[in-house]
Amino acid sequence: MVHTWSSLISTLFLLLLCITGLPLIFHHEIDELLGYDPKPEIAQPGAMKRSIDEIARTALANDPGRVLQYILWDKDEPNTVVAFTNNKVDGDPDAATLRAYDAHTAKPLGSVGGGPMLIFLKLHVDMFAGQPGKLFLGAMGFLFLVAIVSGVVLYWPFTRRLSFGTLRDKSRRIAWFDWHNFLGAVTIAWALVVGATGVINTLAEVMLSQWKANEIADMVKPYAGKPPPVHLASLDTTIERARTTAPGMNISFIAFPGTPFTSSHHFAVFMRGDTPLTSRLLKPVLLDGETGEVSDTRDLPIYLKALLVSQPLHFGDYGGMPLKIIWALLDIMTIVVIVSGLYLWIVKRRKHRSHAIAGQPSPQPSR
Amino acid sequence: MTAARKLRSSGNWWTVYGGPLLIGVLSVAGLISALLSEGPGRYFSWLALGAPVALTVWFFARRKRG
Repeated sequence: MVHTWSSLISTLFLLLLCITGLPLIFHHEIDELLGYDPKPEIAQPGAMKRSIDEIARTALANDPGRVLQYILWDKDEPNTVVAFTNNKVDGDPDAATLRAYDAHTAKPLGSVGGGPMLIFLKLHVDMFAGQPGKLFLGAMGFLFLVAIVSGVVLYWPFTRRLSFGTLRDKSRRIAWFDWHNFLGAVTIAWALVVGATGVINTLAEVMLSQWKANEIADMVKPYAGKPPPVHLASLDTTIERARTTAPGMNISFIAFPGTPFTSSHHFAVFMRGDTPLTSRLLKPVLLDGETGEVSDTRDLPIYLKALLVSQPLHFGDYGGMPLKIIWALLDIMTIVVIVSGLYLWIVKRRKHRSHAIAGQPSPQPSR
Repeated sequence: MTAARKLRSSGNWWTVYGGPLLIGVLSVAGLISALLSEGPGRYFSWLALGAPVALTVWFFARRKRG
């Protein structure tokens, strides 16, 4: 019963997640193909990188009347700088404009991450329904986990007389029954990890506001009650100081005062390490918005670390193209499990109705 | 089903959950290895997470017909 109902309620949404997730595995490649992933010009050998202050000025001149929220450095594109502008520092994330700038020439290279993949992404993340949509999909993801665990329990009575990997085609129902069990069994660990990390991701905003309310509030206590900075400190000075505070790390992004990632008085410079794991574990350095002096730096709390580590495990983007292809195949196998499960339920219902027998346990094939 | 096969899979814990469990452990190892190391960890993850796909192809190829 648990297996039937947890799956049935979430089936449609899980199909949506699996189907929209499929192209998203390759969003980088697709964006590149469609021209939504601007590339830097080939830099002259020995060319100096432009100052970040200059890139910030260029970004503001490009989007007049807007403010900067974040400047970001992609780990895999060291010659590009991405600037986020919005109508206000804490503006709606959907209203943000992302533009890439050439690190050596400060030339605008084009906008980042629009196009059809943005539609897939919005459908996958919140179905265009904002935070409630996101939390709803999180609940559906949770039901998916319940369905998987209850499926493990049902696996025993249904397969104990069959050797592992039995795929019969006696009838359509038995064939689908065997495929449901087999594909469910071999994808289970992957599906649990991708499902659970997806659920964790839906809680990102909740975790972020938790972090702001506790850790950040504590870190900026001396600034309580002060008005937001009027003249912002030089970005280059600020970043240089953050680098000195976190030696051996590289900058991931800088959040401007008042954005969701920092306090209203501070720049937050998020530093990253350089191994696959430590590049995800960001370390924030808070710096005074007016002077650029370091205020405080602390490791992220365990729940945000869990969120950051769970992201690659959900996206499948951390092991090169072969891993992406395997990710896509496992996703397709999961789609087959979901569709066959729905089919088996429909067939069982039809059978029950015509025979008017109740209380029979799920789709037990005749032996 | 042959008598031997029936005997082998008459329903003990290991014959039912053993296969899925091994694949599950392998999958988790693959998911983690690529996170920890960019070279060998990555190659191992391809093998470990490719295993469920390969097994599917294998069992599909030798499925019983009729």
